[in-house]
Amino acid sequence: MFQAFNTFLIGITAGSIYALMAISIVLVWRSTRVVNFAQAGMALLSTYVGYEVIQQFDSYWLALPLAMISGALVAALIELVFMRLLLKHSSQGAIASIAPIIATLGLLGVIKAFIGFIWGNQDVNIESPLSNVGFSIGSQTLALSPMKLFILIAVSVLLISLTFVFQKTNLGLALRASAHAPEISRLSGIRVDFVRTFGWALAGAAGGAAGMLQTANGNGALAPDSLEFSLLLAFGFIAAVIGGLDSLLGAVVGALLLGLVLAFVLTYVGGSLVFIAAFLLLVGILIVRPAGIISQRAGRRA
Amino acid sequence: MSLNVNNLTVHHGAIRAVDQVSLAVPTGKLAAIIGSNGAGKTTLLRTLSGLNKPTSGTMNWMGESIAGVKPENLVRRGISHVSEGKSVVPELTVRENLLLGAIWRKNSKEAKQSLDEVTTIFPRLGERIEQRSDTLSGGERQMLAIGRAIMAKPKLLLLDEPSLGLAPLVIEQIFQSIRDLTHTMRLTVLLVEQNAMGALKIADLGIVLNLGKVVAVDNAQALINDPAVRAAYLGY
Repeated sequence: MFQAFNTFLIGITAGSIYALMAISIVLVWRSTRVVNFAQAGMALLSTYVGYEVIQQFDSYWLALPLAMISGALVAALIELVFMRLLLKHSSQGAIASIAPIIATLGLLGVIKAFIGFIWGNQDVNIESPLSNVGFSIGSQTLALSPMKLFILIAVSVLLISLTFVFQKTNLGLALRASAHAPEISRLSGIRVDFVRTFGWALAGAAGGAAGMLQTANGNGALAPDSLEFSLLLAFGFIAAVIGGLDSLLGAVVGALLLGLVLAFVLTYVGGSLVFIAAFLLLVGILIVRPAGIISQRAGRRA
Repeated sequence: MSLNVNNLTVHHGAIRAVDQVSLAVPTGKLAAIIGSNGAGKTTLLRTLSGLNKPTSGTMNWMGESIAGVKPENLVRRGISHVSEGKSVVPELTVRENLLLGAIWRKNSKEAKQSLDEVTTIFPRLGERIEQRSDTLSGGERQMLAIGRAIMAKPKLLLLDEPSLGLAPLVIEQIFQSIRDLTHTMRLTVLLVEQNAMGALKIADLGIVLNLGKVVAVDNAQALINDPAVRAAYLGY
């Protein structure tokens, strides 16, 4: 029973980080209809910026927001100078929908090479700012450490802020309207190009937060070829797709579900089956609900 | 003349969809553009609202050129376009769709006031204000599309086939509200319609378009009585 509860805690913590990654993939998809494989590279770059801040100022708490800001800036820049040009010039023909995706794969390589060029290809380390030793109840140790508690709180705060922006502000209305109906949005006076860039920036910030939290949650090692970030991308993608790819709520639900399933498989079945479990979950949900857990298409369409 | 179009030509790829069109609509008047499928009505409207680019010719609104101006900037100059096919965002609620129309004004108090005005004009929208707009009927969606355009406080309203796919009784209601809005909000309206009779009945001015060219311009009542127009477009 206690082991099950601990597994639950591990799953929720991992899932909450996947949720940030899934959200950043969904935000980019909604803004520009591009599946962004470079998201992991962008998150990695932001985390390296965070590492640099820690080197200079010795503060994870300063590094976290700066990593998010740098993530936002890099993402906005990529959308502005790279994706916009690409989408403008490859709007027709057979490869129109594939070209941007391939381009993001290339971008992933470019970013990794850039990181190696600046920081070298050796591992660097971000030390966890809080203890990774779990709280204890009597003689037993919970799988909830101060660091994990902080991750849960930080992700909750970010998600609540994001929900507020999306549901209660004009900017959020512009983001939602532009995602679903760009032409009507333009006719309503929304500068859709700007809104798209902003969507990318939000995605970059979420990715930066995911990278910083994931690194502090794990062993703290950071390298251009980080396996941890590849996994983050893969699991973020699976969560986003399970959730319907168009829905922020879906991304969060999908990520938490994925985190829990993986944690339980890891504890009760075995580490070697983790990927198969993720794959089975993806296929299973797509068979039962082809449009994802949270489907946007409801109601009548006359 | 508040809207002046001169020798406007617009291409759709190789096809000349609008061919040397000239027209003028005085302030506060409702002009109906009628014509069959493929006459260039929708292209003309989309060019006026900046969605399509003209090949040649001039377009002036209140004495200033609007050629090459982006749609998001034309809204700020008082031009609102309700595009073809119940142009609402299905994923948003009725309230959100309406607020979308006022989003560029950045003044939430004024937006609230306009929201009250629109729900007074279309009480059905008020009753369904929190519903997602894809749960509305076709007529309600058309009301919502017009309501969204009104929320932008337009001076020129461009309407593309508001009667499309609606029941006769509903069409009559929609046309009546368009007529009323023109008067109460002192709008200049350009109404594109395949339902020629309904449109001409509420219009001050009628313009007949065929294969991209203007083939007749007159006051609406005169067009209804014109034997050639009757035979070709009114069906009797």
